[in-house]
Amino acid sequence: MKYKSQAVAKPYFIAAIALFLGQILFGLIMGLQYVVGDFLFPAIPFNVARMVHTNLLIVWLLFGFMGAAYYLIPEESERELHSTKLALVMFWIFLAAGVATILGYLLVPYATLAEMTGNNLLATMGREFLEQPLPTKVGIVVVALAMLYNLSITVLRGRKTAINLVMLVGLWGLAIFFLFSFYNPSNLVKDKYFWWWTVHLWVEGVWELIMGAMLAFVLIKVTGVDREVIEKWLYVIIAMALITGIIGTGHHYYWIGAPEYWQWWGSVFSALEPIPFFMMTVFAFNMVNRRRREHPNKAAVLWALGTGVMAFLGAGVWGFLHTLAPINFYTHGTQITAAHGHMAFYGAYVMVVITMISYTMPLMRGREANSPFAQVIEMWSFWLMTISMVFITLFLTAAGILQIWLQRIAEEPISFMAAQDQVALFYWMREAAGVIFLIGLLLYIASFFIKGKAATAVAT
Amino acid sequence: MDIVLNVSISLPAPHGNRRNLPGDLAMWFFILAELLVFGIFFLAYAFARTRNVELFNASQLELNKLSGAINTVLLISGSYFVVRAVDRIRHGQSRLCAHWLIAAMACGGAFLILKLVEFGTKIEAGISMSTNLFFMFYLGLGFFHFMHVVLGMVILGAVALKAWRGGYHANDYAGVETGAAYWHMVDLVWIVLFPLIYILN
Repeated sequence: MKYKSQAVAKPYFIAAIALFLGQILFGLIMGLQYVVGDFLFPAIPFNVARMVHTNLLIVWLLFGFMGAAYYLIPEESERELHSTKLALVMFWIFLAAGVATILGYLLVPYATLAEMTGNNLLATMGREFLEQPLPTKVGIVVVALAMLYNLSITVLRGRKTAINLVMLVGLWGLAIFFLFSFYNPSNLVKDKYFWWWTVHLWVEGVWELIMGAMLAFVLIKVTGVDREVIEKWLYVIIAMALITGIIGTGHHYYWIGAPEYWQWWGSVFSALEPIPFFMMTVFAFNMVNRRRREHPNKAAVLWALGTGVMAFLGAGVWGFLHTLAPINFYTHGTQITAAHGHMAFYGAYVMVVITMISYTMPLMRGREANSPFAQVIEMWSFWLMTISMVFITLFLTAAGILQIWLQRIAEEPISFMAAQDQVALFYWMREAAGVIFLIGLLLYIASFFIKGKAATAVAT
Repeated sequence: MDIVLNVSISLPAPHGNRRNLPGDLAMWFFILAELLVFGIFFLAYAFARTRNVELFNASQLELNKLSGAINTVLLISGSYFVVRAVDRIRHGQSRLCAHWLIAAMACGGAFLILKLVEFGTKIEAGISMSTNLFFMFYLGLGFFHFMHVVLGMVILGAVALKAWRGGYHANDYAGVETGAAYWHMVDLVWIVLFPLIYILN
């Protein structure tokens, strides 16, 4: 850690991991509800568990991105953060808003929550992933703007590099596209159309910039490869991500009432979306192979490589599986989507945030890397979480294929709920894999508490 | 003797330690990706056309072939000017390089104006991407390529500005080649797009 103010990332990362644990617990509850419908009913109904599971994911990833930005931007800009105090205040506001929102979901019926929080003034609630009450949405904007002000001033007054510029553009895009969550037209087609401007243009647009910048930052640090080489890769990757991702939004417009030409544009552009992810994989391995130093933090290197591979599989391959319009005609809204969603979020965003945490946390705690034993435990957690996520994805894919057949292709198609009964076996297996994932996550958390002599650099 | 001299003058300057690839490797990755996008669209067009030959032939008659042909000449001229610009910078003549680049940008600008007029008349006639599959490709691909001409001009503009300020030298001009490579890609795509959509019947 070169600058004192970088340490402000620490509370952000701790909150991120705590919320991650919450997300997984609710995932397990919900996974069980798939097969035991009245589990925890009426205390936690399925729709609430789902909302908590997805919202916690988004909030903890945002905590991760913000923490990463507060660490990375000062180091790249070669100066202290403009205001450490502002970053800390924003942390507490965001944490309070996030926790209050989740408690609101759990303790109050959703309709009552909407009434209590002014949804009648400006109706923004009730839409998947954007369920947050109005005050929370406003809070997210305030926190994001304060952060952007803080980071932009830091960059403007400091050194400008490809990495901090790409990171900053990504974060600005994140804030700007979130504004569409306030736009809720009564026309259902328009509603969905612009809903994707937040949802899709986040995960298949500006978040990829954030991810690319974070990955490039860690790779420079752990491999010692020339910044010039890494930055060139970064530019090419993000250019491809934006070209394919922006028009690729069309793959959500096939069946919602948007013009038919989106079937062509969405298919062609989103079919190319795996390319930037593939380039990211090649990039990560290439840089590690060309490394000029053996960084003592082997766990961080493992997470970085894992991000490359799993992002390509989850976002690239599993996305391509069902992105072409003639295929999507059968697959949309089935467990295939759930399979893709799980591996893509884990492979791209969860893993890149953990990569960043894995690299920075030891530095913020005053050592270059954790003790070898702590790293071994962390690597175990990597394999447990990653392999169980592969199985979750495979089981959901199997469930999805069966579901599509029973519900949409068979001679005598059966109803949604009847089809769900038929694929229950796969949901049980998914739940078992989920338990392994939880064990992996608990090991990961435990690795932070393992003491021992810090690993040191090995000269090559 | 005079003839020999003339020939030697018009030959490109020698470039001893020639790298394998002109310009920046990253740009070539980008160009390949762009060509892939257009390539897939051309295949999609061919696929759609074989299933709707009559519709495509009938709709094609409504296009302004002359405007398309002039635009082809404009882009090819632009590419020639870019070649001249690269040649000048190899001789270390920054200002002349910038002049040729500006000439190429002028061709691009004229292309954009003609294209806008063409699209304007179509829109006035009530034609949109939803009219039929042919016009979906004509307007969609045309607009997508249009945006590439704009980007190409931005790149050439940046290179011209740097050249004007003396940012390149006879032995350091990779930036000019990088911009030129992108511009040739834009031109190349049009050379396929024009016959495919305007002419092929």
